[in-house]
Amino acid sequence: MSADELTALTVKEASRLLRLGSISASDLVTAHVERIERLDPKVKAYLRFTPELWEKQADEADRRIRQGDAPPLAGVPIAVKDVLCVRGVETTAGSKVLQGFRPPYTATAVQRLFDAGAVMLGVTNCDEFAMGSSTENSGYFPTRNPWDTARVPGGSSGGSAAAVAAGEAIISLGTDTGGSIRQPAALCGVVGMKPTYGRVSRYGLIAFASSLDQVGPFARSVDDAALVLSLMSGLDMLDATSSGRPGMEVLNNYGGGVKGMRLGVPREYYDVAGIEAGVKAAIDAALFILQREGAEVVDVSLPHTDYGLAAYYIIAPAECSSNLARFDGVKYGLSEVDAPNVTELYMQTRRKGFGTEVRRRVMLGTYALSSGYYDAYYLKAQKVRTLIKRDFDGAFEKCDAIVSATSPTVAFPIGSKTQDPLSMYLCDVLTLGGNLAGLPGISVPCGTSDGLPVGLQVLAPQWGENVALRVARAYEEASEIRAEVAEVV
Amino acid sequence: MPLSEDEVRHVATLARLGLEPGDEEFYAGQLSGILGHIDRLQQLDTEDIPPTAQVVEVASRLRDDEPRPCLSPDEALANAPARVGGFFRVPAIQEEA
Amino acid sequence: MSDASWEVVIGMEVHVQPRTRSKMFCGCAIAELNAPPNTHVCEVCLGLPGVLPVPNKAAIEACLKTALALNCDIPRHTKFDRKNYMYPDLPKGYQISQYDLPMSVNGVLELGERKVRIRRVHLEEDTGKLVHAGDKLHRAWESYVDLNRAGVPLMEIVSEPDIRSADEARDYAVELQTVLRTIGASNADMEKGQMRVEPNISIRRAGSGDLGVKTELKNINSFRALHRAIIYEVERQRQVLEGGGTVAQETRGWSEAEQRTFSQRSKEFAEDYRYFPEPDIPPLELDRAWIEDLRAALPEMPAVRRGRLAAQLSSRDAALIAADRELADLFERAVELGAPAAAVGGWIINEVAPSGKLPSPENLAELVKLVSAGDITRDQARVVLAESVETGRTPAEIVAEHGYAQVSDESELRVLAQAAIDANPKAAADYRSGKEQAANAILNDLRKKAPQANPKLAREVLLELLR
Repeated sequence: MSADELTALTVKEASRLLRLGSISASDLVTAHVERIERLDPKVKAYLRFTPELWEKQADEADRRIRQGDAPPLAGVPIAVKDVLCVRGVETTAGSKVLQGFRPPYTATAVQRLFDAGAVMLGVTNCDEFAMGSSTENSGYFPTRNPWDTARVPGGSSGGSAAAVAAGEAIISLGTDTGGSIRQPAALCGVVGMKPTYGRVSRYGLIAFASSLDQVGPFARSVDDAALVLSLMSGLDMLDATSSGRPGMEVLNNYGGGVKGMRLGVPREYYDVAGIEAGVKAAIDAALFILQREGAEVVDVSLPHTDYGLAAYYIIAPAECSSNLARFDGVKYGLSEVDAPNVTELYMQTRRKGFGTEVRRRVMLGTYALSSGYYDAYYLKAQKVRTLIKRDFDGAFEKCDAIVSATSPTVAFPIGSKTQDPLSMYLCDVLTLGGNLAGLPGISVPCGTSDGLPVGLQVLAPQWGENVALRVARAYEEASEIRAEVAEVV
Repeated sequence: MPLSEDEVRHVATLARLGLEPGDEEFYAGQLSGILGHIDRLQQLDTEDIPPTAQVVEVASRLRDDEPRPCLSPDEALANAPARVGGFFRVPAIQEEA
Repeated sequence: MSDASWEVVIGMEVHVQPRTRSKMFCGCAIAELNAPPNTHVCEVCLGLPGVLPVPNKAAIEACLKTALALNCDIPRHTKFDRKNYMYPDLPKGYQISQYDLPMSVNGVLELGERKVRIRRVHLEEDTGKLVHAGDKLHRAWESYVDLNRAGVPLMEIVSEPDIRSADEARDYAVELQTVLRTIGASNADMEKGQMRVEPNISIRRAGSGDLGVKTELKNINSFRALHRAIIYEVERQRQVLEGGGTVAQETRGWSEAEQRTFSQRSKEFAEDYRYFPEPDIPPLELDRAWIEDLRAALPEMPAVRRGRLAAQLSSRDAALIAADRELADLFERAVELGAPAAAVGGWIINEVAPSGKLPSPENLAELVKLVSAGDITRDQARVVLAESVETGRTPAEIVAEHGYAQVSDESELRVLAQAAIDANPKAAADYRSGKEQAANAILNDLRKKAPQANPKLAREVLLELLR
């Protein structure tokens, strides 16, 4: 088997070959490392590599495969977004402020994949503290879209999406606060899933906005995403917001097809401002296929869509302004510890450590919570969050799942939106509602526009991952559109 | 609602973010633009709408009062930018106005 | 206060460390006072990135018990909030506390006839500790951070401004400590920092309905200091106001060494704490059955018990014993078993309480009866008590083993007394020549050689023989 074939496998395919003894976990690692060495200088998906881990974990996987007790992800190479802590591995949330930080703990989601036999290749790039939609806000360097390296991979989990799209990992982990898994999945042509808030433990996830953040997988197939999500999910006593629901329930009957299902198309999403004609055409084609498979497409309305972005850009910055207060140069990370006094230590450390977008959001959030503005901004946004949640409740009375484009546009050129923050924020207009309402959502490849990938988003009611997966899988099968590995040029 | 340069300075001070020359003007412009979009929230009547702070279904997830092992002092201080003995070191706490 | 035309208005903020084994939001054990720095810390209480708080059930239970004991209302919903400010002893840059939906509201603490209303009892976490290199805070060139205390649970008990004097403030604090100990919510040891009392003080012209400008006092480490600090501060405010000045609203520290309050520098920036709901902890929906179980299991409040004990003891002894639930239980059980109340009270206050070791009620009752019947001396009884506590054996067994049964037989005492006189001829001669004191030397010798002798009878026999 050629190296290119080894780096284009799904988990299912790789597991079969590993169990048959056709390849070893070490072979898989070697093929990936060689491809990374060849392509990553162009893609720049990875921030750093973890050879100590991959050697140990691949050996262990090979040993267990030989013994015949291989766990479900034995030998599968994965990449981990720089916001998920891994014990002893430098973890920086894409920020200079955390340079050199090595956590003495591993995020629960990552640990569960390690326990399932996964082999970690490295840490992927992202927007600083997951704030962004293009990975251009990384404190280190921008990541490139493997399909066109002059364009962004989306963000904030751009490195993780690009790694899977470029054949530099079979699975990767991202986090989604306003669309940070689904949007880069769409722009890179891979599958990306954000679970219901509370489905996956946030322990070890460096927080951006605590009431919105969730960990989820990138994969090359809906089956792989479902498997990885089921393995990460479930109660964690270290996260008071993690649900006691069993992880395996995300797999309930998800292969059942869409026949008889009602799929809602919100008119506010379908005709969202700025949606590209090519994207709309791809969605129309996808709706046609789903109808052909027996789904009923129904009109629904999410009347407060126009207010979602505004509410989101109060709530998320407010939470982040508090979450980022701990980066003070006292306990870890960058520190101007020789400043003349503590106030200067804070001011200088945070001036040098945080990039422009982070500073913008910390100021915005501080303002929204500050005395005299709390009611007008923060409280107002929380009330609008209620309205948005009610919009979805109302829509789900008429349909089983909601389908739309994931992003109004395909991947855009690097640098094209960095001067205008609002235009960047609008990238998430179709995804952030799912975060405000805590819904599960998946993005699956649905063709191309101008040669660039388009993503189809499926949103389901809370705890309805299996419903979203069912629609996505039926579409994947019927459309015969697969997440392909980019030949990076 | 546009944000003045004074307000930017005030907010930056609250957030303990040091500013560089020109930052006040830069952020006042950018934040005013964003707030211009956000101000559409004021169009909505939310008088009788309860706020949503969280969308979690779990209530009262509590921990039993069982001590767990702490970090060793070396682990606790491993990432410290400056330490003296077993302490984290910081510069003087200036309290003067 | 010298000028009767002023009225003192005091509200109390009391921080109490509930009795738990681990911290408020993580599993770190609570450190001893003198533990080496940063030895009781983990990723959660250090505020490392990515980790999350999970509330300690025992801390919540202690807070609920306290609220119930103070007759507070416990709302159906409560939540934690973040209080945002950056300081080196606050590792997350915010303190998890409770803002607009505290665990409990609207209680009352009765001080005899007086009622002090309780505004709220809520839970929060403690901060770490700073050690300053240099003699004065503002001249320190660097500071050292110890986070052992960071994340230790604290209940904050806030009263309404219903207190009118330093005496009342002290009574309030003492009674609160007694209640907390009685219900087992906290050891409330002020010297160990488990109970920190911060009075808010203002004065106003008697009859005025308006509140004056208040100052908040900190660094108070004992009830005595509380009393003195309030007296000092009230006098200071009176002088300021009578001198035509105005009282500044500020936090003042009590200096034990100088016996005065001093202005603590106000923070560099006016704080704006930007409270908002803690998104890492779901709102708590308190199980009503749990609360009712806690209510049902509450022991008798000290005020009620004190009233009952006062019928059998002096009010001072009743207060002392009622202040400690275990001592009060011991007292009442021993009296039930037939031991005389006054004597049991004396033994508990003078012997049991100082030793800190409790005998069983049965053994204490038996011991007190043996002493009252004159079967053993008090000195012997002390030894018996100690041994009984140590071994759990009954006083009767121990007395028999030591041969402690007291000698009251007169002929036997005569022999012992004569032997003592013969052994102290000089003292005997002195007595007979009029020095009555000299008899004591002979008596002491007798008791040393024959501790089983009934001291009262022995003295009578001795004096008779000397005559």
